[in-house]
Amino acid sequence: MSDEAAALPLDSWHRARGGRMVPFAGYAMPVQYEGIMAEHKWTRASAGLFDVSHMGQLIIAGPEAEKGLESQLPADLTLLKDGRLRYSLLLNAEGGIIDDLMVTRRGTHFYMVVNGATKAGDIEHLEARLPRSVVLDHMKEQALLALQGPKAAAALARLAPGVEQLAFMTGGAFEIGGAKAWISRSGYTGEDGFEISILARDAEAVATLLADQDEVKPIGLGARDSLRLEAGLPLYGHDLDQHTTPVEADLTFALSKRRRAEGGFPGWNRIAKELQDGAIRKRVGLAIEGRQPVREGALVVDGEGNETGKVTSGGFAPTLEAPIAMAYVPWDSAEPGTKITLESRGKLFTGTVTPMPFVPHRYQRKGGAS
Amino acid sequence: MTVYYTREHEWVRVEGDSATVGITDFAQGQLGDVVFVEVPDAGKTVSKGDEAAVVESVKAASDVYAPVSGTVTEGNQAVVDEPSLVNTDPEGEGWFFKLTLADNHELSELMSADQYQTYCAEQE
Repeated sequence: MSDEAAALPLDSWHRARGGRMVPFAGYAMPVQYEGIMAEHKWTRASAGLFDVSHMGQLIIAGPEAEKGLESQLPADLTLLKDGRLRYSLLLNAEGGIIDDLMVTRRGTHFYMVVNGATKAGDIEHLEARLPRSVVLDHMKEQALLALQGPKAAAALARLAPGVEQLAFMTGGAFEIGGAKAWISRSGYTGEDGFEISILARDAEAVATLLADQDEVKPIGLGARDSLRLEAGLPLYGHDLDQHTTPVEADLTFALSKRRRAEGGFPGWNRIAKELQDGAIRKRVGLAIEGRQPVREGALVVDGEGNETGKVTSGGFAPTLEAPIAMAYVPWDSAEPGTKITLESRGKLFTGTVTPMPFVPHRYQRKGGAS
Repeated sequence: MTVYYTREHEWVRVEGDSATVGITDFAQGQLGDVVFVEVPDAGKTVSKGDEAAVVESVKAASDVYAPVSGTVTEGNQAVVDEPSLVNTDPEGEGWFFKLTLADNHELSELMSADQYQTYCAEQE
């Protein structure tokens, strides 16, 4: 990817609405409109519209698609019913996480959403390893919007009747303002909400339609980050990377029961051993004492001041009005209530291991408007 | 009373040999919602360019450098208790600290309001 930030389909739409554009994952994207704090609180109280068109949308098709994907992911896809999605991980031979993603069974094919910064590598990785009969299509012509918050269902149901019937982690084909859309009840803020895949040429019209609803305001990357941090959700490239296993990352829920027993995915040997004996380190949530945020890159230190881990995400939680962080700490220091010493900018801080999410999830598991 | 500005987007209001320091409206706009402020204690001596205070927003941490040398006479407890004052009144109630100037000549290296306005326009 070049250093130049490429324009996404909604580039001028964001600029016209006062979005402050910054380079992210190779694209120019809005970091904020009116301010991170206000946008964060608006999403938790009403509904926020996020442009996540930088993410990679893939179709994986062919009679061997299920088997082929299972050779690369630790998910039990045989249990994934039509129109359902689940969180999974692309793993390397050492059990390290190449990417985290959402995979949906959509009729005869799988629809996968991967991170923007990693999509080119993911595609290359998959093409080299999937059976030759499997066709992988990168849907470059698709845009992706997320509508998140307690009033998202009411706002979206007005434009795309029926979406309110979707339960969390299910999706279906809808029409919104005459445009074809694949809509799932999912997202990355901890709130109820939807992700809406549409053709890039329809993106402006659909975004305008959504933003015109009284409940909805456009929200930038800044609030997206603080929302997902409060929700305890890891961000690839920060909290997850090629050298981190699902056990270390505390993402064992993504390791399906049958797959744990049978293996047959990259890194299984190491992962099975870590599931049994524990790993060296673990991702935990930390509540930081005082008001000063501890940021990504701060060190976890022991009593002698030696580095034993790292903060991978950190900031001020607008909902809690307190600083929070995610960090990797030694496996035996990961119990909730454990005090962790952190060093940032030459200063020591104390964090307490806290169960995540920091702010409770409000997913609509049974469908229906809230 | 004269107000001077720095390239690091601080303002310095000078009355006699006393100076009040804060960050500009432009700076608070760039930082966004301020959530934490640390100010120096009275009695601390600072040299021009030293890290004198800390300001953190939701998205970033940054240092506030002493725009001039001197001895701190007061840190603003109000912004420590209510960091959002930096956003709502950056060049008034949201000041950071006061100091007694060590060397008036240092002021000549700072920008006037007009010069600072031009400087900001070039940054946008």
